[in-house]
Amino acid sequence: MIAAHHLPVLQVVLPLVAAPLAVLCPGTRAPWVAAVLVSLAAFAIAVTLAFKVATTGAIAYELGGWPVPYGIGLHIDNFSSLMLLLITGASLAALLHGKPVIDKEVQSRPVSLFYGAWLLAVAGLAGMVVTGDAFNVFVFMEISSLATYVLIAAGPTRTAFSAVFKYIIMGSIGAMFYLIGVGLVYMMTGTLNMADMAARLHGVDDVVPVLAAAGFITVGLLLKAAIFPLHAWMPNAYAAAPSTVAVFLAACSTKVALYVLIRFDLGIFQPSLEGHDIQFSAFLMPFALVAMITGSLIAIFEKDLKRLLAFSSVAQLGYIVLGASLLTAAGMSAGILHLFNHALMKAALFLAVGSLVYRYGSAKLADLAGAGRAMPWTMAAFTVAALSLVGVPLTAGFISKWYLVLAAMEEGTFGWFLIAVILASSLLAVIYVWRVIEVAYFRPAPEGAPAVKEAPWYLLAPTWALAGLNIYFGLAANAPNGLAARAAADLLGGGA
Amino acid sequence: MSLLFSVILVSFLLVVAVAVVRTTNLFAAIMLFAIFSLLAASYFFTLDAADVALTEAAVGAGIATVLFLSALALTDDEEKPDPDRRPLLTFLVLALMAAPLLYLGFWQPDFGGATTPVQQHVTPWYLETTPEAIDIPNLVTAVLASFRGYDTLGEVFVIFTAGIGVYSVLGMPKRGGAHSASSAAAWLYGIGHHAVPRVVAKILIPFIVLFGLYVQFHGDFGPGGGFQAGAIVASGIILYALIEGGNAARAVLPVQALLRMAVIGCLTYAGVGVATLLMGGDFLDYSVLSADPVAGQHLGILLIELGVGLTVTGILLLIFHAFAQRETH
Repeated sequence: MIAAHHLPVLQVVLPLVAAPLAVLCPGTRAPWVAAVLVSLAAFAIAVTLAFKVATTGAIAYELGGWPVPYGIGLHIDNFSSLMLLLITGASLAALLHGKPVIDKEVQSRPVSLFYGAWLLAVAGLAGMVVTGDAFNVFVFMEISSLATYVLIAAGPTRTAFSAVFKYIIMGSIGAMFYLIGVGLVYMMTGTLNMADMAARLHGVDDVVPVLAAAGFITVGLLLKAAIFPLHAWMPNAYAAAPSTVAVFLAACSTKVALYVLIRFDLGIFQPSLEGHDIQFSAFLMPFALVAMITGSLIAIFEKDLKRLLAFSSVAQLGYIVLGASLLTAAGMSAGILHLFNHALMKAALFLAVGSLVYRYGSAKLADLAGAGRAMPWTMAAFTVAALSLVGVPLTAGFISKWYLVLAAMEEGTFGWFLIAVILASSLLAVIYVWRVIEVAYFRPAPEGAPAVKEAPWYLLAPTWALAGLNIYFGLAANAPNGLAARAAADLLGGGA
Repeated sequence: MSLLFSVILVSFLLVVAVAVVRTTNLFAAIMLFAIFSLLAASYFFTLDAADVALTEAAVGAGIATVLFLSALALTDDEEKPDPDRRPLLTFLVLALMAAPLLYLGFWQPDFGGATTPVQQHVTPWYLETTPEAIDIPNLVTAVLASFRGYDTLGEVFVIFTAGIGVYSVLGMPKRGGAHSASSAAAWLYGIGHHAVPRVVAKILIPFIVLFGLYVQFHGDFGPGGGFQAGAIVASGIILYALIEGGNAARAVLPVQALLRMAVIGCLTYAGVGVATLLMGGDFLDYSVLSADPVAGQHLGILLIELGVGLTVTGILLLIFHAFAQRETH
């Protein structure tokens, strides 16, 4: 089948080509339909690729018919196919839910510009994931970052501008650091292909520039991934963005930067630099642990539901980084599984928040009093996803935290300290989740407030679909767990 | 001799950079920025990077300056000192950043040497393959448009994203709407009242556009290509807008036409890729476009450069109009 051979590049090119066409679509419905159809097709491609990788192993594709490392090569393995599922799935779920929310919140005129930027963001993120070329990552990082700025700037209030301005500055610094790092590696190896870099770095005697490159790339991508303490841009950006954009970004965008970091460090630097794995671990683990506690603590005191969930993301990203910094198959696998599950939880939570904002016009906790009675189905979905966030048994969140605890136990006495931090962070999560539940279910709506109706079915359906996945993958965790385990094995087995 | 030029140019660059930071007059800062870009372009030229030099001159000294001026028209000339400014902290952070970069300079493999890794690995292959497989004299174009054509496709979409971003945030002027006395346009277009710039500009515009077309279609043989050509053509039309007013420029190329131009440019580039897929090649493998692979490469590069030029021209003009129509506050 000819089309099947080209699926890796079509995964990127389809949304890329559709973006300018969506911009030209008139009205509000046509560009939305276009974006939904493209997301659906992209999701189908991602599913096909995931099956293909699972059965026949990693896929390579050479662009322009030029052999790597002279031309640009794409490389899709288990980790990349998992990321592609997240990106395209999150885009589809957010858009299916998003039409009325976008019509109400998004300020872009004509609104087709917004959908164009959306598809560019999808293409950019997918492009970063599928490529096997370090400079190509940068090009698609620029597409996804610029498109994300546009999406956030379309937010309903003027605070979106100041939030996005800070994000632009931070994002540009992150991208510049990444580029400096890639430049240094190119200087020492003469190649931009990631697998070729890994091979050629073995022969490099001067390790100082390579170490510096590892530093620049790590810090730049940590900034892009909003890993504590470089997360300052993220809560404001999520809070100011249109709710639908917050769903998409929370589910996958910062995780793609984390994906690039993990692939770069484990695939290129650790095999060729003596003792670099210990440096990587010793540098990241303290930040991960502090993030898990601090993020949750700040979330407890947040008054805005979107900001609360954003700080919860800071903590949850800490779990993922902790898993990766253990440098064992079990730890990496648990980290990747949590990356997948966290996307499910945050997508479901932000979808529910989108419905709440659609009815209440605000995400402030004080305004949401009585939401549990006014919007019982939406709040029930929120509660299910929140239980998954806390890590209650029978939910997806429990599975990945459980594997993380198992991975920590392998570390001996030190592991018990890690487990204590995981438990402490989970208890803090109970507190901030409880604050929302308490306001929504146990506080009466203020006197004289206008009556609020339940969200319409077309908002409820995607929200419940995602909430249902949190339960489903809590009961039948084999598929994502197997994918995460294979991805971890790929990463630790060396090779980019 | 070249070393002497380099030392002089780099010293100038440093002096201008310090001056940009020191000045509190934003108009002066923009002009110094343009000088900085011109110096950088000259420096790239002494390093034999003619394509990069042309891009830096067209974009850095040309278009970027106009866009900075359009933004300046919306605000004040003088920088207002920030009361919370902590220069010592800023200095420390920047010093911390600069120190490793300076230190790394010592570890750089022999600058420009033939034995450096950069010259040893992929470059010889490009030098060997280009004459037989693509057969164009400008190696830079061969690498950008064919060997790494997928990156360049991405860059075109970066520009497109930037354009629709500005359009989405700032909005666009109504068709035929006159600009009020308080808009940025009134400040920008004031130059049109002076006789000398009017006459000179009218003579220059056709040559600027012609030069743009030359750079567009001559990119295979000498420095140039779609990015530089797009910037040059756009600056010619912006000059027209400055002399005759935004409405006159939009009568020639309305906003909707500019947007379509950018879209068509993107689709031309990506469309070549899709065509290569349908004709049995890998994405962007131009060799399949014609019975003769080398002729296919020529055709592919011509078409994608055309796409680049259209998108860059359209987007730069869109961004300019978006700024120029804003009301000052």
